[in-house]
Amino acid sequence: MGTNQRSWWLLAAAAAIIAAPLALPGLGGAFKGSDDLGTEAILATHPGTQPWARPLWTPPSAEVESLLFALQAALGAGILGYVIGRRHGAKRGDDHR
Amino acid sequence: MHIMEGYLPASHAVGWFAASAPFVVAGAIRLKRIVAERPQAKMMLAAAGAFTFVLSALKMPSVTGSCSHPTGTGLGAVVFGPMVMAVLGTIVLLFQALLLAHGGLTTLGANVFSMAIVGPWVSWAVWRLAGSLGASITVAVFLAAALGDLATYCTTALQLALAYPDPASGILGALAKFGSIYAITQIPLAIAEGLLTVVVMNALSGRAGMGDEIVTLSGKAE
Repeated sequence: MGTNQRSWWLLAAAAAIIAAPLALPGLGGAFKGSDDLGTEAILATHPGTQPWARPLWTPPSAEVESLLFALQAALGAGILGYVIGRRHGAKRGDDHR
Repeated sequence: MHIMEGYLPASHAVGWFAASAPFVVAGAIRLKRIVAERPQAKMMLAAAGAFTFVLSALKMPSVTGSCSHPTGTGLGAVVFGPMVMAVLGTIVLLFQALLLAHGGLTTLGANVFSMAIVGPWVSWAVWRLAGSLGASITVAVFLAAALGDLATYCTTALQLALAYPDPASGILGALAKFGSIYAITQIPLAIAEGLLTVVVMNALSGRAGMGDEIVTLSGKAE
């Protein structure tokens, strides 16, 4: 099996692992963030815990927050894609710089 | 694994900063040296940072019914060693603390310690160990990324257990509780991160086998 073909199978397996909790009956839940659950667990045993610092800036809405998360992923994916492309180009010899 | 802003007692926050600082400074020195000695490694350094940027932005559902994100620090740790990831991971955590209110500045030291130090060191150690035990490159990369990811979340659970011991069962009881929130949720995500890291490592090394390619990626040969 070629490296390329194997990569597709690995990607499919990763996608299946991520999709399974959403698709399988009997699993599932509220799918809240583990960081929020961690904070809730703190408050459960130490009620009245107050954070002693606040974030300097908080995204004003869930929409703006998801925009920034998407931006973070897009920046990373863009750079990663560029480097992968350059390396393949260099290998094929059509990168003459 | 982001401990929220203001949730670590000040003494803990300072302690984790003190523990992380030497690693970040040493990482910066190492990073500078790599760039000076092998400029051809710059692209791969950017890719290692970018991979962490992407993966830590993706919050994925897990079998426990909650969501968490991979860390992406294993890739860079395998190629460049664990030191530089302290710097690249800190950049990612700063971005999220300042722009996303995710994590925080007072908890930055603790979050850097788990994601940018423990994770990469575990990844690197697993990579070396698996290699010396005769595992194939693919298997070694997979194990390094997956176990590094898991180690990061175990560290977060430990940090919270130290800060918030259970009134009845103490630090160990709290560790079990936070571990079930962070580490168990993370198991499938760590496996997914391992698979993705293998795919990206393959893609970065072009069409050749990955064997010598990881040395090439780090800029040591070429």
